[in-house]
Amino acid sequence: MSSQKEIIKMDEVVIRFSGDSGDGMQLTGTQFSDTSALFGNEVSTFPDYPAEIRAPQGTVGGVSGFQVHFGRKEILTPGDYCDVLVAMNPAALKANLQWVKPTGTIIVNIDSFDEKNIKKAGYTADPLEDNENWSYKLVKANITNMTKETLKDSGLDQKSIVRSKNMFALGIVYWMFDRPLDHTIEFLDKKFGKIPEIAEANKKVLKAGFDFAHNIQALAYHYEINPAHIEKGTYRNITGNKATAWGLMAAAEKANLPLFCGSYPITPATEILQELALRRDLGVKTMQAEDEIAGICTAIGASYVGNIGVTTTSGPGLALKSEAINLAVITELPLVIVDVQRGGPSTGLPTKTEQSDLNQALFGRNGESPMPIVAASTSGNCFKFAYEATRIALEHMTPVILLTDGYLANGAQPWRIPSMEDLPSITPPIVSSDEKDYLPYKRDAKTLVRKWAVPGTKGLEHRIGGLEKLDGKGSISYIPENHELMCEYRRDKIQLISNNIPEQEIFGDKDGGEILVIGWGGTYGHLSTAVSELREEGKNVSLAQFNYINPLPKNTKDIFSRFKKHIVFELNLGQFVNYLRNEQPEFNYLQYNKVQGLPFTIEEIKNRINDLLKEK
Amino acid sequence: MCDKKYTPADFKSDQEIRWCPGCGDHAIIASVQRAMAEINIPKEDWAVISGIGCSSRFPYYMNTYGFHTIHGRAAAIATGVKCANSKLKVIQISGDGDATAIGGNHFIHALRRNIDLTMLLFNNKIYGLTKGQYSPTSEYGKKTKTSPYGTFEKPFKPLQLALGAQARFIARSIDTSINLTKDIIIEANKHKGTSLVEILQNCVIYNDGAHKYVTDRENARDRQIILKHGKPMLFGKNNDKGLILNSKGKLTVVEIGKHGVKLSDILVHDAHCLDPHIHWLLTNMEAPALPVALGVIRSVEDNAYNEELEKQIVNVKQSSKIKCMNDLLHQGDTWEVK
Repeated sequence: MSSQKEIIKMDEVVIRFSGDSGDGMQLTGTQFSDTSALFGNEVSTFPDYPAEIRAPQGTVGGVSGFQVHFGRKEILTPGDYCDVLVAMNPAALKANLQWVKPTGTIIVNIDSFDEKNIKKAGYTADPLEDNENWSYKLVKANITNMTKETLKDSGLDQKSIVRSKNMFALGIVYWMFDRPLDHTIEFLDKKFGKIPEIAEANKKVLKAGFDFAHNIQALAYHYEINPAHIEKGTYRNITGNKATAWGLMAAAEKANLPLFCGSYPITPATEILQELALRRDLGVKTMQAEDEIAGICTAIGASYVGNIGVTTTSGPGLALKSEAINLAVITELPLVIVDVQRGGPSTGLPTKTEQSDLNQALFGRNGESPMPIVAASTSGNCFKFAYEATRIALEHMTPVILLTDGYLANGAQPWRIPSMEDLPSITPPIVSSDEKDYLPYKRDAKTLVRKWAVPGTKGLEHRIGGLEKLDGKGSISYIPENHELMCEYRRDKIQLISNNIPEQEIFGDKDGGEILVIGWGGTYGHLSTAVSELREEGKNVSLAQFNYINPLPKNTKDIFSRFKKHIVFELNLGQFVNYLRNEQPEFNYLQYNKVQGLPFTIEEIKNRINDLLKEK
Repeated sequence: MCDKKYTPADFKSDQEIRWCPGCGDHAIIASVQRAMAEINIPKEDWAVISGIGCSSRFPYYMNTYGFHTIHGRAAAIATGVKCANSKLKVIQISGDGDATAIGGNHFIHALRRNIDLTMLLFNNKIYGLTKGQYSPTSEYGKKTKTSPYGTFEKPFKPLQLALGAQARFIARSIDTSINLTKDIIIEANKHKGTSLVEILQNCVIYNDGAHKYVTDRENARDRQIILKHGKPMLFGKNNDKGLILNSKGKLTVVEIGKHGVKLSDILVHDAHCLDPHIHWLLTNMEAPALPVALGVIRSVEDNAYNEELEKQIVNVKQSSKIKCMNDLLHQGDTWEVK
């Protein structure tokens, strides 16, 4: 694929594909990111689509986008601003123009810029006409018409022909970045295996787009992004939701217990249930329950009889599950509740990301109800923390909430495949019928964990339930002192988990310094990129990104005390910072919050830290 | 079956029973313990799951595995138990409030899915544990603490709700009819799928005599009909009354020997009939016009959800190349970084 054109070498590039929600932009973006990952780049992606399946065509509300960030260096976010915007219609241009770098390239499907579509997008005049002040490179391509021309002899109907125009756009971008076509060709053959004429048409249009880009003078530049230097190993692309499902299954296999997932579909968590439902081959039992409550209750029933019960949801569903979560708290059964956070309150912003369920996870239940909370911080490490949540649930006989978010769940990144042998062992306290003097609420002296006698085990018949238990025996007890003792046991049992989780790490100056940026969960990519860029500029800034929320790692206070200033960044109005003010009150925490349903931008993080560095 | 021969006493736990003296629940637990002794499977294979309410204290008094859960959710938790370990025999205990009010959704979906459970619904037409409020099965106009001037809502008949939810097995008994309840539980246990047993239960404190018209021993044989599959629908003190389907498609009481009615005119109970039409008419019968139907009203064979789930796992396992997590992790597009 040699070219006579000018070659620009770049470390990283952000491309945003955008069009109507029916234009196939998600597929186009995924193809580009997969191809780049196979090429050896670091990749991070983020889909951005409307809540409506088919919002009104041609309107800004109906625009669906997919952003791909790839490069030869470490890529941790899908990027703030894009180098290339593909806009399949005026609405896509209008919705995304603000995210294009001044030096960026905009590829438009000029065929869709007619009066009607321009109006629908909310423009009063053709935005491509009056743009003398634009610094962008503009590529006007007759994508629809060239697609029609390419397929005029295909015998396909007009609708099918027009539908393949996304492949033309993909072909253009493949040429610009010197990507091979084979992965997508293979994909099309597989996807449309049963309708070869559609596969052929798509392939033809893809090549036509590639050739078009090669031939026209408008694209007088050509980028080269060399493969990244990444850790050795076998890699694959994975989304956060898939990684979560796989982490749960890996933990079940390691613990040698069956996995049962009871769930109710809810955006943006549904794919976890879907992924688990595929895995009958690994013995996974899934049940699409009649509601969120039945989802968790079937999971609790499964845990009661010796499975690892799992339920997956998002904020509104977590609210519905609270009563049942408490049943698992008081009966001290292992259970994993995955909350893929989205914008709230109420239905809120179902397809947008937020970190605003932390308070609900920590406090959203009646009574004294302590529970471990862990949070994933990248799409890939959703695997690790789903595994960890399950390990903690099983080894400590407790429900655990795993917090991910819409951004991690839908985002994808190349992920180094772990070996099952290298994952930590998981040893649930299951007892067999030869257990002497079994008492359901007798606790291990060090961990305060009770033992698990699974129904079907001879001689260990016992009763559990939601009423307060007598210490040891577990029969119903209304004794005042016993209730207080049991509340304290349940609290201390969760706190003691800090002996079974790793210490908090610092990215930057381990021995301390000026500013400690504090984050948790899904903001890791943006915070670490910002901190790393500031450090390259010589600034005294470090980062502590928390994955273990409750309990906090044991060294939390120690590492906080090594820094002069502490600033907590989170996508809510200050939930983690208030938690820290309560848990580690010795420090004066500053905070930076955002609740727009969007991730942070690296720019805004850096601006805030720079301001703080200037303050005396 | 197992080597040991169990007696009802083997199923009694060491917990003191705290139901009110005279409560129908005492008789029901005796029926269940007798049924378990007759069924005689290893004791550790029983799991008794309840919701919330007076009746839901049940598991604490049983010397089996037991789980007293939360209000309305017994059916959902029992569903999880059976699907996760189908070797266990699951008895689910709910009251009328638990099953038909707060847990209505789980009740109908467990029946629809046909999870292999025995569901005992203690219907006393009142909220007892909260001290006397009307329930979805309380009669129209019922005066209670939350309806001091009388209700104006029509009650559910739980068995009809169940038929609407595709129930394959429905039965009805009376708390004090210990042998009938025991026999029904044995039948329910044999049935593959959700077996719903409504038990007309007396709350001696808040709704005493709610079922008295039907259960009154003096007139019981005229006001009850105990259905048996394959047997004519006969009842009455002298067993000479019977049911026929009249020309308008309604059930009617006739007397053998009067107006030329012969035994062969009487309907024969077919619990296995797929069409639920007659079963629905039977569940609808009310005294005094018609006797209240007891016994196994419907028992139709069908696939149980939990079995289908296990079958699917076996089938998919056979045809899939993925045998363990390592296979899955490396499935599809992967690449090597050297």
